[in-house]
Amino acid sequence: MRTDDLVGLLSTGITPVRRGAAARRFGISLPIAALGATALMATVFGLRPDLDAVVKTPIFWEKLAFPLCLAIGALLATVRLARPGAKVGAGWPVMTTPVLVVWIAAIMIVVTAAPKDRLPAILGHSWRSCPFNILLLAVPGFIAIFWAVKGLAPTSLRLAGAASGLLASSIATVAYCFHCPEMSPAFWSVWYMAGMLLPAALGAVLGHKFLRW
Amino acid sequence: MYSAEQRLKTLFVAGLAGNASEYRSFLSELTRHLRGYLRKRIPQLHDDVEDLVQDILLAVHNARHTYRPDEPLTAWVHAIARYKLMDFFRTRARRESLHEPLDEHDDIFAESDDEPADARRDVGKLLGHLPDKQRLSILHVKLQGLSVAEAAQLTGLSESAVKVSIHRGLKALAAHVRRIA
Repeated sequence: MRTDDLVGLLSTGITPVRRGAAARRFGISLPIAALGATALMATVFGLRPDLDAVVKTPIFWEKLAFPLCLAIGALLATVRLARPGAKVGAGWPVMTTPVLVVWIAAIMIVVTAAPKDRLPAILGHSWRSCPFNILLLAVPGFIAIFWAVKGLAPTSLRLAGAASGLLASSIATVAYCFHCPEMSPAFWSVWYMAGMLLPAALGAVLGHKFLRW
Repeated sequence: MYSAEQRLKTLFVAGLAGNASEYRSFLSELTRHLRGYLRKRIPQLHDDVEDLVQDILLAVHNARHTYRPDEPLTAWVHAIARYKLMDFFRTRARRESLHEPLDEHDDIFAESDDEPADARRDVGKLLGHLPDKQRLSILHVKLQGLSVAEAAQLTGLSESAVKVSIHRGLKALAAHVRRIA
């Protein structure tokens, strides 16, 4: 087929393009991510038994704010990277600020703790399973967000994949906060971060293959 | 490409609103820009230029819902063209690492260059590989110029099914093109 004929084929019988493709796709995949992670958390791990009491403490909300802010930053980045030629832009400061705040808090806690309490503060009770639990909760969101991004024609596949993975895992971490008993920023700064970065790294690797269009 | 921004953008935005003739002018003008762009970038692969032009046209068409009128069209098109060019380099590198490079002298009289603007691969033939629903919808609406309603009557599909089939068919076509590139 000559290029002129292809131009004719593509332009013949076109219908108006509906606006808001990104909003529609993320409007489907974000609820899947949030509900999927919450349902998995409730069935596989269960709500923490003292939830009624901890929701009255500020530390619970500070803990929730950490992945929530990261999720907002990752969403900004993902929405932009999903489309041709866009860069991370405003997503960077929104993603890095919560991490810095938690790390500063963690360093203060570890430095001011008695030497024998330092390692327990970091390791908590669940450091072995925490990152993998978050990875599990991120699975539905990971798939749904990859679907949304692929349909919006990303051109930096590894970055778009990493941002998608981080978005899925930070939403999963918000859900995980309702199960996880760990209440020290020193723990979050390492193990929540690991749990969120694992799917992001996976996204960078898989994005190259599965986001191609 | 930059001086053309304003004119191309007007045509493209009209195309997004459903104006076929403006969209056609956009694609024709884009074709010329793309040829120039690619001939400068892959001068040694002259024969691949037209295939790549067609890849990029298909990609631009299939991704047109992702364009936002508040951004420069040049940047958006350039990102897609660059993405497809990189894809082409990757596929080519993979192909050449799998096969011994062909000895040129078998090929030397194989094709004449009467028509340098001809694509080597025939997108029209690739249409034949699509499932009936998609192939017929594209045939009736895109090649024979029937309306969606007429195509719906001929194929027995609903109008929205015809539209969806065209959309999916062109995406599948782009995927075929990518696989055999």
